[in-house]
Amino acid sequence: MPLSTDSNFAKPDDAFRAVVEAHRGLSDGQSADLDAALVLILANHIGDIGVLREAIALARRRVVTSDQQQQQQQQ
Amino acid sequence: MAQSSKIQFGYVRHPDQDRPDGDAAHHAVVVVGAGPVGLSLAIDLAQRGQRVVLLDDADRIGEGSRAICFSKRSLEFWDRLGIGQRMVDKGVVWSVGKIFHGDKQLYQFNLLPEQGHKRPAFINLQQFHAEAYLVDRVETLPHIELRWRNKVTGLDPRNDYVVLTIETPDGPYRLRANYVVACDGARSSLRQMVGAEFTGQVFEDQFLIADVKMTAEFPTERWFWFDPPFHAGRSALLHRQPDDIWRIDLQLHPDADPVIERKPENVRPRIARMLGHDEFEFEWISLYKFQCRRMDKFIHGRVLFAGDAAHQVSPFGARGANSGLEDAENLAWKLDRVLRGTSPEALLETYHTERSAAADENIRESTRSTDFMAPVSNQEARLRTAVLSLAKETEFGRRMINGGRLSVPSIYDTPLSTADRDAWRGGPRPGTSMPDAPVAPRAGEPGFLTEAFIKAGTRFTLLEFSNGAAVDVPDEVAVIRVGPDGLSDPEGLATQRYDAEPGSAYLLRPDGYVAARFRHPTRAGLDAALARAGGFN
Repeated sequence: MPLSTDSNFAKPDDAFRAVVEAHRGLSDGQSADLDAALVLILANHIGDIGVLREAIALARRRVVTSDQQQQQQQQ
Repeated sequence: MAQSSKIQFGYVRHPDQDRPDGDAAHHAVVVVGAGPVGLSLAIDLAQRGQRVVLLDDADRIGEGSRAICFSKRSLEFWDRLGIGQRMVDKGVVWSVGKIFHGDKQLYQFNLLPEQGHKRPAFINLQQFHAEAYLVDRVETLPHIELRWRNKVTGLDPRNDYVVLTIETPDGPYRLRANYVVACDGARSSLRQMVGAEFTGQVFEDQFLIADVKMTAEFPTERWFWFDPPFHAGRSALLHRQPDDIWRIDLQLHPDADPVIERKPENVRPRIARMLGHDEFEFEWISLYKFQCRRMDKFIHGRVLFAGDAAHQVSPFGARGANSGLEDAENLAWKLDRVLRGTSPEALLETYHTERSAAADENIRESTRSTDFMAPVSNQEARLRTAVLSLAKETEFGRRMINGGRLSVPSIYDTPLSTADRDAWRGGPRPGTSMPDAPVAPRAGEPGFLTEAFIKAGTRFTLLEFSNGAAVDVPDEVAVIRVGPDGLSDPEGLATQRYDAEPGSAYLLRPDGYVAARFRHPTRAGLDAALARAGGFN
């Protein structure tokens, strides 16, 4: 089964809010700890390495790595 | 009690050394390096009828325990070489590992939870004991000439043989060999002589390995700690060996100074903190940075590479010596057949195909373990922390903890296998090593399939679950028959482990790997599978 990128929640705002609220009052370090655990819990729930890899690829496209930054600066 | 074995050997001049360079003695196989891999390979070849010259640049068995964990697969191989029992008698048997975080146990695993196997999941045995027993075995085999203080200093490949230049206390001499097998370790000089690259990943963290002698009541289990109270922020391993020796492995900081850290007066307080007492002596201390790397090609013309000479892994997982022994058993029967002319030279190519894939798998597994123990970024450390903390509450967290994934026999995706045509619900698929099971000449007698395989001659063997009808078997194939007219399967475990029905049959390679399987074998099917497994393709 490929990664689903359709909107799966009846109320997407609830889902986004739940994640945001989980980070309220946390330091950056604590937030990173929370995310690490959350990612692993959700990854295990999905239980499909293909879907996980697609999700990682999609997420990574948001992250501008230092190599890409250098390239952009050169352009 | 095991008999005591020599560890110091004398150099003996050989008549080959009196021959002029232009008329050097010619041998079928020269094996370089008398470590566990070279010794085992030489024994296997000699048992198959090949004459082997085995060279080693030292004149004694190496000091220090080095490898200590020998796998079930390695023990089954050593059974075929006639020394498995001696290894097991001396070794300590174990199958349980425990993982701790801080002072709490997180996870326990059993590597062989089922009964009905001749050999345990693992024994721990100091490498020097294993080598000494192998040398004892070599000395009973007239087909092997073991020459100590013979150091290969030159290698000159020709089309149909290789010329080796060998340095000895009496000066240099030359040998010709149809094939040279380099088992000369991670710093292989033969690898440099053929100009092969040996690149891979170096891990920055350092590990302190100490073997200490003490009387202790810890169980014979592999204990691994993340962030233990006695060694904050790093990992630690405790593992038993024979003779009241304990292997302790402590992860150190990447910047630790090896010269300082190796000093016994600095190691002692670290170990004392771990054990809670000071009642121990050091047997061996070593400081390591680990590398994971392999040669691109295990075969360079007539020079073949095996063991650490061909591939190197971190030690978490016992994948170094065990994979080297798997190399030896994979190579021995192929080299024997090629030398006899019963298989084409192309069969040797599959040594590279099968064992380099195995090396990749071992490198992948041991790299993952080492990365888990020594995360390389803050976020990797966070993920590791998350796994360790999730492990307290969840099964999936426990299963993600990686304190070393222990060596299991490789499964080969290989041109020597014949793809299944029949329907199987289980059992070993082609490319898998044969599982053991109890079988006996008569019900009530002891016996195992691995023993029946040895008795049948350690050659191409048809393991047949009889339905009463005789199978037309090619001449060179031995037969093990399980059923009313053959060996009994008292607990039904052989039938179950091979997903067998009356008539089912497995064609086993001389290294005990499954080449093909059939619900109802035909002569044509067997001939084709045998040709394929012999490299005729």
